[in-house]
Amino acid sequence: MIMGLLAFYLRKLYSILRNEILVLPSRVVVVLFFLFLLTLPLFYNDSYLLRILIQASIFAILAASWDLLSGFTGQMNFGHAFFFGVGAYTAALLNLHFHIPPWGSIPSGALAAVLAGLVIGIPCLRLKGTYLALTTLAFPIILMGIVFALPDITGGDLGISGISRLSGSRVGDYYITVVLMLGLTTLMWEITDSHTGMIFHAIREDEVAVRASGINTTRYKLLAFTLSGFFAGLSGGLYAHFMRIAGPSTLEVSLSFTVVIWAVFGGIVTIYGPVAAVFILFPLLEFLRFWPEYRTLLFAAVILLILLYMPEGLIPWVRDKIEKECPRCKLRNVALRKTCRVCSASLE
Amino acid sequence: MILNVIISGLVSGSIYALLAIGFSLIFGVARIVNIAHTAFYMVAAYGIYFGTHQLGFHSLWCILASVVIVTGFGLIIYKFFIDPIREHEAAVLISTIALAMAMQEVMLLIFTGSYLSVPALIGGFFTVFRVKVFYQQLLTFGLVLFILAALWILLMKTKLGLAIRATAQDREVANLMGINESRAAMLTMGITVGLAGLAGAVVVPLTILDPFMWMHPLIMMMAVVVLGGLGSLKGSFVGAYMLGFAEALVVFLIPKGAFLKGSVALSVMILVLLIRPEGLFGVAFEEER
Repeated sequence: MIMGLLAFYLRKLYSILRNEILVLPSRVVVVLFFLFLLTLPLFYNDSYLLRILIQASIFAILAASWDLLSGFTGQMNFGHAFFFGVGAYTAALLNLHFHIPPWGSIPSGALAAVLAGLVIGIPCLRLKGTYLALTTLAFPIILMGIVFALPDITGGDLGISGISRLSGSRVGDYYITVVLMLGLTTLMWEITDSHTGMIFHAIREDEVAVRASGINTTRYKLLAFTLSGFFAGLSGGLYAHFMRIAGPSTLEVSLSFTVVIWAVFGGIVTIYGPVAAVFILFPLLEFLRFWPEYRTLLFAAVILLILLYMPEGLIPWVRDKIEKECPRCKLRNVALRKTCRVCSASLE
Repeated sequence: MILNVIISGLVSGSIYALLAIGFSLIFGVARIVNIAHTAFYMVAAYGIYFGTHQLGFHSLWCILASVVIVTGFGLIIYKFFIDPIREHEAAVLISTIALAMAMQEVMLLIFTGSYLSVPALIGGFFTVFRVKVFYQQLLTFGLVLFILAALWILLMKTKLGLAIRATAQDREVANLMGINESRAAMLTMGITVGLAGLAGAVVVPLTILDPFMWMHPLIMMMAVVVLGGLGSLKGSFVGAYMLGFAEALVVFLIPKGAFLKGSVALSVMILVLLIRPEGLFGVAFEEER
């Protein structure tokens, strides 16, 4: 009985693998990426490499959450560091003063970031486009001023240190962040693929038309702000507990800009684009530490050159090169095929 | 005390006005959110330092030369990095951020991160009610008013100004009327970068030079532009002095005010936006067709 069930699921897994995953290179890459991240510590347990990947995972959540808000609903947020900083500071303060362990303080930080999402979202509902982008830029700077003005609570310039570790070991930290990153980004991707995600996308394309179809766009925009704040707050809490410090660097303008750079570089309105961009650019930046004085300059140069040739972002560009969309049934196919894999229409 | 606030507010307000009007102009005409705007201001300031300290020329020649060079530099950058991707708004945004970062890094490599200063064009000060007023501050204020008046004449009284205003109002109709839209955008870019360079030139004796000096003015400039209404020059002018005075009041009246000056100015902006979402003198832009 149990053997039969097992055999059934194995056969099902095999058929999914053969008919759904192996037919498209992008899906193969995603599966390989998951497997690579999950098995890496088993055969290469280098503390420095794991540290880079942990940080990349944390920032991947942040970049994907920016895409969920700004990419999908088109509400350009230039102050994404606000969510990150609120999450980090809340988690750090709760942990330090009330001795709440990480599994409690990080979600509390995320909830605080949800409130932060409402704080940004409500005044910004009436703003659009560039106005919105420039206004959101103000929020992390206002909070940073308050942080500096109250050094007794926030530690001022030095930040809050002495926070408890995420787990006992580096490998433990690695698995917590990587599994969370994979889970949360998949969740975000699911959200954008759902009915709600479709409305988000429609708001970006034409808000008036969405409102004309009887949808309360205000509610959905606030939902996008709070969802994005939740995920960004989680990554902020993870960052505080991993680095064991929550300082003003989590609120800096340059962090907000870096998030936007990651997302646009990888390709917005995709979720997977920003994640891939962080996993490309973050190790690249670490690699460039051999020439510390040229590091940021080279980073800027790479971004300028890539954008000049692929203004849609790197990942959609690559995907368009290796996959074609069937003109009849809109399914994606390997670029090498002459006919569609399902409806056998010609792909030319 | 009050006099201190007035002087400090007038000087920083004028600088913000000069920066914000340039930023607002290029947004209005070409729909480019130029984050690198204040980076040009920083480059011009460093150019003046280089001319006066390393080469030993007189300040006036250095100011003229560096404004011209920065303008040319801005046009080259526009041609190679912004113009090819102008249809992709997000990409333009990122490329101007990257450009600003690149300029900051190049300045960091050439001049290192140490704090530098440049002597005033006119030294000395006089005292009014026991408050020191530097001649350079008066000069800065006067120069800014002069530059803004010249810009106003250029925009309102010349044919080029008419073309720029027409493009700002409606790109496509301007194109139909025989205005070369991409040339208007290019010329506007030149003018705005020149304005940023001039702002750098008038601010350089009053401040300390370091490669990160573009960050704070950038934020204030954006706040001014949003407060006054995007694309409205009058709004930028009024908004700049409002935020300049708000900053000066906070610095002089509240203890630890230097930390809070940005926060208070930006809170003022958000409060105004809550009441008037399009800014003080906002003109509603035609939706892009």
